[in-house]
Amino acid sequence: MSERMGFFTDTSVCIGCKACEVACKTWNDVPADGMDLLGMSYDNTGSLNANTWRHVAFIEQTVEDDTRWLMSSDVCKHCTEAGCLDVCPTGALFRTEFDTVVVQADVCNGCGYCVPACPFGVIDRREDDGRAWKCTLCYDRIRDGLTPACATACPTESIQYGPLDELRERADKRLEELHAKGEKDARLYGRSPDDGVGGAGAFFLLLDEPEIYGLPENPVVTTRDLPAMWKRAGVAAVAVVAGVAASFLGKR
Amino acid sequence: MGYYGRPIVKEPVWKVPDVPAYLFLGGMAGASASMAVAAQVSGHSELVGPARITAAVGSLASVGALVHDLGRPARFLNMLRVFKVTSPLSVGSWILAPFSGLTALSAATSVTGRFGGIGTLAGMAAGILGPAMCTYTSVLLADTAVPAWHQAYPELPFVFAGSAMASAAGASLLSRPSGPAVRLGLLGGGLELASEAVLERRVETYRSSGLLTAAKALTVAGAGLSLLPRHRVASVLAGASYLAAGVCTRFGIYRAGPASLRQEQSLR
Repeated sequence: MSERMGFFTDTSVCIGCKACEVACKTWNDVPADGMDLLGMSYDNTGSLNANTWRHVAFIEQTVEDDTRWLMSSDVCKHCTEAGCLDVCPTGALFRTEFDTVVVQADVCNGCGYCVPACPFGVIDRREDDGRAWKCTLCYDRIRDGLTPACATACPTESIQYGPLDELRERADKRLEELHAKGEKDARLYGRSPDDGVGGAGAFFLLLDEPEIYGLPENPVVTTRDLPAMWKRAGVAAVAVVAGVAASFLGKR
Repeated sequence: MGYYGRPIVKEPVWKVPDVPAYLFLGGMAGASASMAVAAQVSGHSELVGPARITAAVGSLASVGALVHDLGRPARFLNMLRVFKVTSPLSVGSWILAPFSGLTALSAATSVTGRFGGIGTLAGMAAGILGPAMCTYTSVLLADTAVPAWHQAYPELPFVFAGSAMASAAGASLLSRPSGPAVRLGLLGGGLELASEAVLERRVETYRSSGLLTAAKALTVAGAGLSLLPRHRVASVLAGASYLAAGVCTRFGIYRAGPASLRQEQSLR
């Protein structure tokens, strides 16, 4: 097992150039998904999905009669406790030696279970080929010691790639800096190993509430409740046995 | 609030009617397989054949619905590539695959009247798997980030268990009136109505479901009809009501999932 690798996306320096989206599509051969004007500021991508593995969000806010423009490049979180990986029945989703979460396209049978299991709404089924797709953290590149395509293309180092421990230290320092400069609402998202997904392998520095960026405030992996679910299902199965048996007691 | 009013969690890509039909058929088949065993053991031999056939038809049709729903149906055997307790669909596949084979075998021996001993053994094994068939699908829905499904996990297994029993009773009443089927329908319908009432008190989305309201009315109608003096027509109507109730329950519970995602969004 290698060191755990990840992304730190510092949205405070994102300029919304979308080079990450383009680099990701190009390197990973991700199909186009149409040209649309969505009326969402400069965001004409919409959301992460099967054909979008980096998505730059644009938020226009009015702050003290002035416009503030937030930009953030969203990506798969590569959760420590990954719901998509837990529920995958075929083993197509697996954890790599870098502690990232990757779909094996040749194994996936398109059952679609991972899609509603992701608390962030990242992984999605591609309509024409029927399989699930998402960010691989450029598994092919990082195995060769290269930096993922999006981080390589990012001109402002908003997207940083490296060993997760180092990234976390760097993020803590950056947050202190921003707080010192008076950015009171700056916060790290997905940084803490104590959160509902055991911490994210790809975490963020945000300048406002997570929900503003389309991120859940308190994501919790659904499988945390799975032992309780199986227990209840077991008791209910016993109820079926009892009900059927009771129905056949007594006279015709 | 939120990001341009977009829901965060993605809507399930599962097909309707495939997946709700899979839930209904699997439940009906599971309870029927157990019913066939109980009928055989207690000497109600006239109820064994129809119950075995219901179990076989239901489980094979539910396999068909599951395969049809896959994005890559040709790779459905990958479901049995690994066994994962963390994936209710993996556990379910490992229940459904032997169950459908065993029910098909026992039904075939019933229909042909040959190899009765093998049919009994297969039927027994299917009857043991039956209760698991009735309830694993509740975990399948609950183990997602879809609010209404996840929040329902304490009661959902009992809703599905009760509904499966009532559906099996319904299928049996269609073929002939009998005391055990009447009692199974009452017990199953009662369990379903009671656990659904608890669920609705906790999770709001289910309260506004027209399908679930219809399911309740049909369950009560089925119970009432089954209690009329034993008569062929009343029995058939009772059976049809129970089966229709089962269909409404599964579609109602299924639809509440995507509805809750949209609801969350409008609350934001």
